Amino acid sequence: MTGEIVIDVHGLTKRFGALTAVENVSLKVPRGAIYGFLGPNGSGKTTTIRMVCGLLKPDAGSGQCLGFDVLRDSARIKERVGYMTQRFSLYEDLSIRENLEFIGRLYALDDLATRVEKALEDLGLQSRAKQLAGTLSGGWKQRLALAACMIHEPDLLLLDEPTAGVDPKARRDFWDQIRRYAASGVTTLVSTHYMDEAVQCDSIAYIAYGKMLIDAPTREIPAHVGLKARRAVADDLDALAAHLRGSPGIDLVARFGAELHVCAMTDEALDRAMATAAGMPGFGATRIDAGLEEIFIHLMAQTEGKA
Amino acid sequence: MPAQSSLSWSRVFAVFLKELVQMRRDRLTFAIMIVMPVMQLLLFGYAINTDPRHMPTVVQVREEGPLTRSFLASIKASTFFDIVAVAHRDDEADRLLRSGDAMFLIVVPEGFESRFVRGERPQILIAADASDPVATGAAVPAVEQIAARAFAPDLEGALSYLSAGPAPYEVVAHRRYNPAGITAFNIVPALLGVILTMTMVMVTSIALTRESERGTMETLLATPVRPVEVMIGKTTPYIIVGAIQVVMVMAAARLLFHVPFTGSLGAFIAGVTVFLFANLMLGYLISTVARTQMQAMQMTFFIFLPSILLSGFMFPYRAMPHWAQAIGEALPLTHFLRLVRKIVLKGGDLAAVFSDLVPLTGILVALTTLALLRFRRTLD
Repeated sequence: MTGEIVIDVHGLTKRFGALTAVENVSLKVPRGAIYGFLGPNGSGKTTTIRMVCGLLKPDAGSGQCLGFDVLRDSARIKERVGYMTQRFSLYEDLSIRENLEFIGRLYALDDLATRVEKALEDLGLQSRAKQLAGTLSGGWKQRLALAACMIHEPDLLLLDEPTAGVDPKARRDFWDQIRRYAASGVTTLVSTHYMDEAVQCDSIAYIAYGKMLIDAPTREIPAHVGLKARRAVADDLDALAAHLRGSPGIDLVARFGAELHVCAMTDEALDRAMATAAGMPGFGATRIDAGLEEIFIHLMAQTEGKA
Repeated sequence: MPAQSSLSWSRVFAVFLKELVQMRRDRLTFAIMIVMPVMQLLLFGYAINTDPRHMPTVVQVREEGPLTRSFLASIKASTFFDIVAVAHRDDEADRLLRSGDAMFLIVVPEGFESRFVRGERPQILIAADASDPVATGAAVPAVEQIAARAFAPDLEGALSYLSAGPAPYEVVAHRRYNPAGITAFNIVPALLGVILTMTMVMVTSIALTRESERGTMETLLATPVRPVEVMIGKTTPYIIVGAIQVVMVMAAARLLFHVPFTGSLGAFIAGVTVFLFANLMLGYLISTVARTQMQAMQMTFFIFLPSILLSGFMFPYRAMPHWAQAIGEALPLTHFLRLVRKIVLKGGDLAAVFSDLVPLTGILVALTTLALLRFRRTLD
């Protein structure tokens, strides 16, 4: 990481009719970073990504992406950006190779044949080059989509929920690939719902109802939110959960397998709640650090209440 | 009997309700279901007039006289013919017929009056433009009726000696540009226009809508490719398809139906090219409005129906009421039909079809402008 800022936008706002999809969002992403976009469905993640890559014109706001003005130079930005859409959006009636060649031609790439060959090799798609994209399984489609948006060796990769509907192994492979790109200096902006993916990101922006609520390095997020947590067990977990949910000051009671994660904004509230449950058979409680998952469930619950 | 195997009306009702809601949401299908029947009713009921009226007619009188004058007065009074010109020379009459300004030419020959009086049964000649499938056949009885009415007072008076035998004149019909009155001669060149309209509009609109329906438009827009590049790249294959269709239909016209090609090939190519592009743009315009391929298909039929009915393909254009003619004027097919008939059957050249090329080009420019404006907007 050189500290060079690749995306620097501020005050981005986008309205669709009466609906404000994104309101006053600012982003600063350094080169080579993996930047995670989290937030509930319909929170404006996709719209923000589209504004950054020039697919949508912001109604307000300004800034630069890869050194180009996001309002005026969207054509130049598009040349340097790889955008992977939420839904598979390559040609199902073209083969893998034909899709890659087509996209490559749109970027007017020289030495197309070599690049396509290399892309197929990188992603292990060589044996399937002649297969029609529409007949691929979810994981392979995702690989192809990634290969297609990397074919012109972009500086910035925008991934909109790239691993939705992909099995865990394929997801892991996918992230290994993204890590390798990041190491070579490619900046990645990725929206996701999965916490195991969120923790892979260097920084996380949490966006809800079009507003950016948190923008911090992943490591600092627990401290940033300040959520406290306890792990609690009891013989009758359902009864314990019901009891804790009714306790004052408790924000979140989430079941993780055979234990409960209980969160509150203060240790006092947690201690009080634990004390009232101490009489339950098999009860036990230990202090833990709040995980990202609890933090984001907590954030979502909070913002839902506000909306 | 177990309950689950019997027909449940509440489940039927649930499906029925769901279907109603979906129908209401799908505005376009809904509009088509309501508008289609109304449109068809109006078109078939009013516009489609198989009983032609107000046919533009040029009259050439080679000898004036009292009988001729009452005959002309009778024509003027008739609803079938509208006299648009009185020609004094043969070439003048031919020009009007060739240009399509007149559908009929009625000639009263020299010596008509004297031969009529002598009982020699002189001829009244009707030359009909048979390149347009106007009820040419209906013109002969119409003239006969008009003549009978015109000469009736004289036949009852001074010329009563002629009333005993057959009518003291003869109406002779002459089909121009398609002397044998072969329907294929009218239909086959016109079919070229219909086929091009159908396939070009539908195929282009569907091919383009497919991009947005499948989400691939998003991929395209994320690359540096520009809208006009997409437009040219996507429509060119269909221009080639259109060109192949033209060659196929014209070859079939020649080889299977023996339709003569009498006009200028250059004018034909110019006309077909403009028409082809106009249809492509129409398809392109539809694709900027339709969200799914299904909608694109429906809209194509929405264009296709009036194109068939109001262009003069199926029913005589001249016989339609003015509002229907006005709609027809806005359709590319109307102008193409006039153009192709003039060239193929009437031996027209570029000058002859200029009056059709101009509105056709106008439609093309208007459609292209609209399509590009719409496409820009869908980017956002």
